[in-house]
Amino acid sequence: MAKGMREIKSKIKSTQNTKQITKAMEMVAAANLRRAEEAAKAARPYADKLLEVVQNIAAGTKDVKHPMLESRPIKRTGYLVITSDRGLAGGYNANLLRKVTQTIREKHQSPDEYALFVIGRKGRDYFRRRGMKIVEEVTGLPDSPKFADIKSIASAAVRNFENGTYDELYLFYNRFVNALTQIPEQKRLLPLDGIGGKEKQGPVASYEYEPSPEGVLEVLLPKYAETLIFSALLDGKASEFGARMTAMGNATKNATKMISSYTLQYNRARQAAITQEISEIVAGANAQS
Amino acid sequence: MSTFMLEIVTPERKLYEQEVNMVSVKGAEGELGILPHHIPLVTPLRIAPVVIKKDGKQTVVAVNGGFIEVRKDKVVILAESAEFPEDIDVERARAAKERAEARLKAAKKDEIDFRRAELSLQRAMNRLNVKTAYDVIG
Repeated sequence: MAKGMREIKSKIKSTQNTKQITKAMEMVAAANLRRAEEAAKAARPYADKLLEVVQNIAAGTKDVKHPMLESRPIKRTGYLVITSDRGLAGGYNANLLRKVTQTIREKHQSPDEYALFVIGRKGRDYFRRRGMKIVEEVTGLPDSPKFADIKSIASAAVRNFENGTYDELYLFYNRFVNALTQIPEQKRLLPLDGIGGKEKQGPVASYEYEPSPEGVLEVLLPKYAETLIFSALLDGKASEFGARMTAMGNATKNATKMISSYTLQYNRARQAAITQEISEIVAGANAQS
Repeated sequence: MSTFMLEIVTPERKLYEQEVNMVSVKGAEGELGILPHHIPLVTPLRIAPVVIKKDGKQTVVAVNGGFIEVRKDKVVILAESAEFPEDIDVERARAAKERAEARLKAAKKDEIDFRRAELSLQRAMNRLNVKTAYDVIG
């Protein structure tokens, strides 16, 4: 065997191993993606219903006042960032975190002006490395998260707005478009000032409220905000699997290409070795006669 | 007997969607029995069992907080979590109950932890009550 052939052969072998892994990860992500999409879809009726009720109250009763509906002068800002626990998902986390850092750098001079809430290990590690203080974090969420898993961080984020720790709350997550496209999105969650403005068409059913419209809003608005956070999380999960599926699909394709180019090299080297051997034999025979 | 549409929706899924004769819930201001043609109403719910009557049969659902919205032809219950008795994990509920009780003893009365433990105790009790009621009736 000529020099180099053994090396090429081991390269082929290791690339094949990598390909097997990326292929498996692609398939796992594809299966999870389907489930995540279904979960995101299943969560929609709840959010829609809540919004409907909130709008009904806002439209049916005049002058409803609630701290969560009112804009205050902004002194501090809360950020809730949804990332994944694991990497190997292309630009999923990097794109989102870049957007967050950019926004923070543009809007704030000192770390006192913002508060960070982070879901996912990747985001937590990123902010920790940069020495940015995190108010609350959740890591190690299952692939199909339950509402209870994020209940505490969601209500903490909403509560801090209510008691005036900050005056607006932004949500950062990857919006799921399809398996190939996920858009890092910034959404202003609180105050919920968009709700009252939307006048509904046609007659509004006049409801009785127990104990009072304000009392109902008191309980309903925080729930609505928490639900929005939950549906963003589900969207983020779907995006994560979509991004991972695409990234791993590309990795598999690249591995295939590398293997074929290595195989070509290997065959060339083998032929060269054979040719050399023949010419050596012929030269030896000629020398004897 | 006239009926109306009842939906029970949680953030995870739509749990129930059927025509029923009556539903009885525990609202913020007290117990409510809702029959067809009830006046439109919105009220928060307490952590308590919801009883559904349909064709002479009773179904109990453990509903943990949330809302009820009564419309002319439709009633929607929005709950953070809701379970049928057959889906309730008794072991888990019992463990949650003990945990909550231990925490209630440890925490001071005005702390958030106290409030949280209280709610979690209520949820656990609610689940256990619904489960035992279901087991007795069969």
